[in-house]
Order: sequence, then structure tokens, then C-alpha cells
Amino acid sequence: MTMKIMPLVLGAAVALAATAANAGTLDDVKAKGFVQCGVSQGLPGFSNPDDQGNWTGLDVDYCRALAAAIFNDPEKVKFSPLSAKERFTALQSGEIDVLPRNTTWTMSRDTALGLNFVGVNYYDGQGFMVRKSLGVASALELSGANVCTNTGTTTELNVADYFRSKDMPYQIVAFEKADEVVQAYDAGRCDVYTTDASGLYAQRLKLTNPDEHMVLPEIISKEPLGPVVRQGDDEWFNLAKWVHFATINAEELGVTSANVDEMKNSETPSIKRLLGTEGEYGKAIGLDNDWAYNVIKHVGNYGEIFERNVGPSTQLGIARGLNALWSKGGLQYAPPVR
Amino acid sequence: MAVEDARPARATDRASLVNDPKVRGAVYQILLVLALAWLIWEIIDNTRTNLEQRNMATGWGFLDETAGFGIILNLVQYSEVSSYGRALFVGFLNTLLVAGIGVFFATVIGFIVGIARLSKNWVISRIAYVYIEVLRNIPLLLQIFFWYFAVLRAVPGKREMGTIIPGFHLNIAGLRGPAPVFQEGSTATVVAFILAVALTVAVKIWAGRRQAATGEQFPVLWTAIGLIVGLPLIIFLATGMPISISYPEFKETGPILMRGFQEGTGFVLIPEFLSLLLALSLYTATFIAEIVRAGILAVSHGQTEASYALGLRPGSTLRLVIIPQAMRVIIPPLTSQYLNLTKNSSLAVAIAYPDLVSVGGTVLNQTGQAIEIIAIWMLVYLTISLLTSAFMNWYNKRMALVER
Repeated sequence: MTMKIMPLVLGAAVALAATAANAGTLDDVKAKGFVQCGVSQGLPGFSNPDDQGNWTGLDVDYCRALAAAIFNDPEKVKFSPLSAKERFTALQSGEIDVLPRNTTWTMSRDTALGLNFVGVNYYDGQGFMVRKSLGVASALELSGANVCTNTGTTTELNVADYFRSKDMPYQIVAFEKADEVVQAYDAGRCDVYTTDASGLYAQRLKLTNPDEHMVLPEIISKEPLGPVVRQGDDEWFNLAKWVHFATINAEELGVTSANVDEMKNSETPSIKRLLGTEGEYGKAIGLDNDWAYNVIKHVGNYGEIFERNVGPSTQLGIARGLNALWSKGGLQYAPPVR
Repeated sequence: MAVEDARPARATDRASLVNDPKVRGAVYQILLVLALAWLIWEIIDNTRTNLEQRNMATGWGFLDETAGFGIILNLVQYSEVSSYGRALFVGFLNTLLVAGIGVFFATVIGFIVGIARLSKNWVISRIAYVYIEVLRNIPLLLQIFFWYFAVLRAVPGKREMGTIIPGFHLNIAGLRGPAPVFQEGSTATVVAFILAVALTVAVKIWAGRRQAATGEQFPVLWTAIGLIVGLPLIIFLATGMPISISYPEFKETGPILMRGFQEGTGFVLIPEFLSLLLALSLYTATFIAEIVRAGILAVSHGQTEASYALGLRPGSTLRLVIIPQAMRVIIPPLTSQYLNLTKNSSLAVAIAYPDLVSVGGTVLNQTGQAIEIIAIWMLVYLTISLLTSAFMNWYNKRMALVER
């Protein structure tokens, strides 16, 4: 028996040791044929599976854009629904390639966690939702409230800071999953539901009577949300950044999924560089020259993605606000392709 | 093996070292140990290298940093400005609290149901049977959700009193009731109470010995009641009644969010704790009931008959003859159930009860120190489990049949 087991044990040990040396993420992704993408467990507008299991949303579209850039096929993505608590470990351990999961860009996450933030695909801030029947008009009247939220998020810290700085007593009830927060809030365990304002609008749709609830006007924090990648793989980091920037640049240059083909014949130099008819910008990030063309063709520019998932015409009905382009009074700004 | 055995016995000629089964065995064992050691070293080294490569912080320094988040249930002083270490300690105590009380209730319910299951009364034994079969076969997490979400919706809202019996109120914010407030000078009463309990134990032992020696019985129960109630009462009155009772205060006016029961009046059991406790004890009790049933059935029926023949009534027979013998069979699997209950308490995270796993998860997420936090988790649960197991093994030894 030992004769047979020994080589097995040794073989397993060697195999384990061999995987320790990891190749670049882009090579891994190309080899396996899809992008493994960590998303939330169901947040309408950002990443939400329908009853057929098709994921849609702002964060999901980032994954699709990434797949379109690499494979010229937005379907070559696999999604891992992750809780707020699991997300960073999943990315650090290599279980996923990229994490666009409405994650707030903070200093400690950017530095001590071994992560790199790609950019901001949604400028958000933390808000409060209450029952209209409470007759509360401002967050300053929330003294004594029971507050429901998620564990392991910046939200949990912000709410503590806010109530402490205003010297208002409060009680926090923190759940692991957003669905349970919604249920507990709906049952009346809490007076207040707090999370990023976009999340409040999204979760409100899941309540028994969405019309009986309102989001208070105060925004108590900055929550720049954006995709995250591991530190230490600059090639993948660059690619992830520029896929994001390409969607914003495309909107700024007026390139949409509808007109991208005719835009390819455009004489404007910046459009030519973006769409790969001039220069070798694809090579610099390890892709073909028409990487951005594929992104826009399949997924669209940032404005289209925003309108399709969270914009005024959707159920969420969120105005562009801070997420408008810099040239239109918002904060979305991408470095030029050149 | 069979093939090897079928070969003719090896001749006595000096086999070369390579073919000596003893040497070969030893070599393989050494190789295996070396391979294992190398594997473990490789894992540790690999982790370290990867952590460095990805610029992830390591070490225990984070335990002193400010936590910055609130915890709904804290048995010791804790606020947002406390450290991560303190937060983890609060979570640890919350785990101990729910596990300890859960073990107590599960044992009590389990014994009652287990005995009821064997009752000659058809209705009682059927009720016990249905209880066991239903609750044991539904996943625990579902039961926790049931007690939390389904029952939560059924109780009165936060701004209603929800009186069950005078002085006790159940609403969505929890179960409230009167709490004792210890003022200055109350130590003497508490000491008197502890003393009375100790005395009662002593009297019980003495009475047992006396009965064994002389056959005379001593009214232990009445003595106990007299001691435990009387002694502290006398001291309490003598020291000028230093303990008062705080009733939960209910406010119906003022800003709407400040209405309802006021914090700091009476005691409160939060619904997260109640649901988890109910689910854990009712679920574990079903297994304990089956263990108790098995234990009782393991005692030969002759013991019952012999005890009846001596003129003992069924109640005394069960208490004095059957259960002590059944305990030998019951204790080892009972230990496993206690361990299960303790470990299952980590499901608390699903319903916002701040146990060690829940609080630890938050700390993990704020600091990113996954390896350290998971090490703490493993160490704490391992320690609790080993201590429980050690205690139960000691108890088992005491209960074991003394063979001479």
C-alpha cells in the first residue's frame, strides 16, 4: 500500500508547490477563456441576476466590457456573487480576476489590503431610508433610532461616526447579507436602513410597499465605487483601468454602440486613437488594436451603460448628478488615449 | 496483500537491505513524515511570500486600533472608540453566552422530551415523537430564519408595549422585564446568597452520607428553600434594602424615534439573541432527546422490575435507578451535541447576533487581516470545544460504572 501512496503524496506536494508561481492574470484569463468576475449577491441596477440567471447591471457591464476587450465577446464572463465580507478574500486568493462590486475606494483598502482600485464607475454617498409614517424629514432627527445595515462595510463605520459626531444615541443591527437587511427593515426591526444611496434606491424595490419609504436628503459620506484588482500585476491593472476609461472617453467623444462603425471612419485623431485606426494602443495593454471598438460595439459607452442600468428611464430612476461627464458638470473624467 | 502472502515464505538467506520489509517500512514512514513537513513548510512559506508580494499587512498590531463600529449586545464595556481586540472579546463573550444558555436549555428540553418519548401515555409519546422528527430534519439555518423573520413579523411593533404578563413585554425590539439594581451595600446580600447555595450543597452531601449510614432521611428540600430564600432576605432587610427593581420604562410622547421602551431601564433580551437561542436549543434538544431515549433503553428492563419489586414508585425508579445507569451511555454522545451547539452558534451571523464570527468578520473586512482573524476563530472554537470535552470526560469518568 505505502508503495502506491507515496508517489501520490509526493506528486500532490510538487503540484501544490508548482502552482505557487503565478503567471499574469491576462494570460490566465486568456488560457481559461473567460473573466471570473466578483459581483454583489443581487443589487438591482448594479449586479442582479434575472430568473434565467442572466446578470445585468452597471458592475456587470464592466465585466462584459472587459470580456469584450479581451475576447471580442461580452458573454465570456463568469460571475461569483460575493457578500461584502467575502469579496476581498476572494480577490486576494485569486478566486476571481476582478471585483466590480460597488466597493468603496478607501485608503486602507488601496494600501494595506494589497488591492488596486481601477477607477470610479459610480460616485455615491451613504444615505438613510425611513418609513414615511415616522414623519422624519432629516437625518438629524434620527436620535434613538435602530439602524439596520450590512456587516463589514464602510457603511457600518460611517453611521457610527455620524451618530457619534452628532451626539445622537442609536443601535446598530448588522446583517451579513443585504437581503436580510431588507427583510429585517421591512419587518420593522429597524427604523432606518442605511447604505449607499444607490443601494437604498435599489433595495427599496424589494420592500413590500416601496412607496411607503423615503430616502432622507442627507448624504453623510463620499463613496467612490469602482472595480478592484490585485496588486502586483501591472499589466492586468492597466488593462482594467483602460477598459473603464475607454467607456468614458467614448461618451465624451460621442461614440456609441450604434455609431461606432461609422465613427471608425472618423477623421478626428482622438477617435481614431480610441478605435485603433491610428497608433498601437492595444499592444500596450496586451490586446488587439480594436479592443476599445469591441468594448463600445458590444457594451456601449459609459452614458449608455448608466442609462440602461440605473438611469432615469429605469426602475431605479437615478439622475446622472455627480456621475455626469466632467464637461457636463459631473465628476466622470478619463485620461485621454494618446 | 493477498498476492504477497501467497508467495512462498521468504528463505532465511540474507535478503538485501532493499528487500527487508522492516527497513523498507521505516524508510517509507520517514519519507512520509518528511514530505508532510515539507508540505506544511511550503504552505507557510508560500503564504508569507504571497502576502509580501501583494503588499498585504500582517501581524497582530491591528488589535489595538480603534474599531469604529457599534455592537448591539455587549456584556462588557464597549463603544465605537474601543479597539478591535475589545470588539473581538465582546463577540467571544456573546458566543459563550448563547452557547452556555443554549446548552442548558437544550439539556433540559432534551431530557424531558427523551423521557416523554418513552412514556406509556400514547399522546405524550406521540407529541415528543413528532417534535423530534420535525425539528431534527429541518436545517438549523432555516429554523433560525423562521424564529427570527417569521416570528419577528408577528410580534407588536417597536412603539407598542406588547405586554405578555404584567412587568414583561415582548415587542419587535426584544423581550423586556424588571431588572434588579444593586445599590451600595448590596454586596452582603449577594454574598449571603452565594453562601446559602454553598451551604445547601454541603447539607445535601451530608444528608446523603447520613442516609447511607443510618437510613434516616433529612428534609433537604425544605432546608434548601429556607437557606436560599431566608438567609439573603434577612441580610437584605438588615442592611436596609439596598437592592431595588428597575421596571422597563415606556414613553408614549416626545419625538417619534425616542418613543417606546427607554434604554437603561429594566432588562432587555434582543430578538437576535432570543431567536438564536430558541433555534439552537430546540434543534439540539431533539438530538439530546434521542440520546436520552437510547440511554434509557440501554438499561436492562430487569432493573426496572427489580426496583418495582423493592417497592420504589416509577418516578423514583427513573430518577434513582434508570437515569444514573443510562448516564454512562448518554454522556459521550451528549458531549458531541454540546460541541455541535457551540459551533452552530456561529450561524448567528445570518441574523445579526454579534457573535465571534460576526464581529470577527467585520474586523476582517475593516483590516483585511484574514489569516489572523481566521486563526483567532479556529483557536477560540478549538479551545472551547476541548474544554467542554475535557469537562465532559471528567464527568463521564465519575459516572462510569466502578468495577472492582
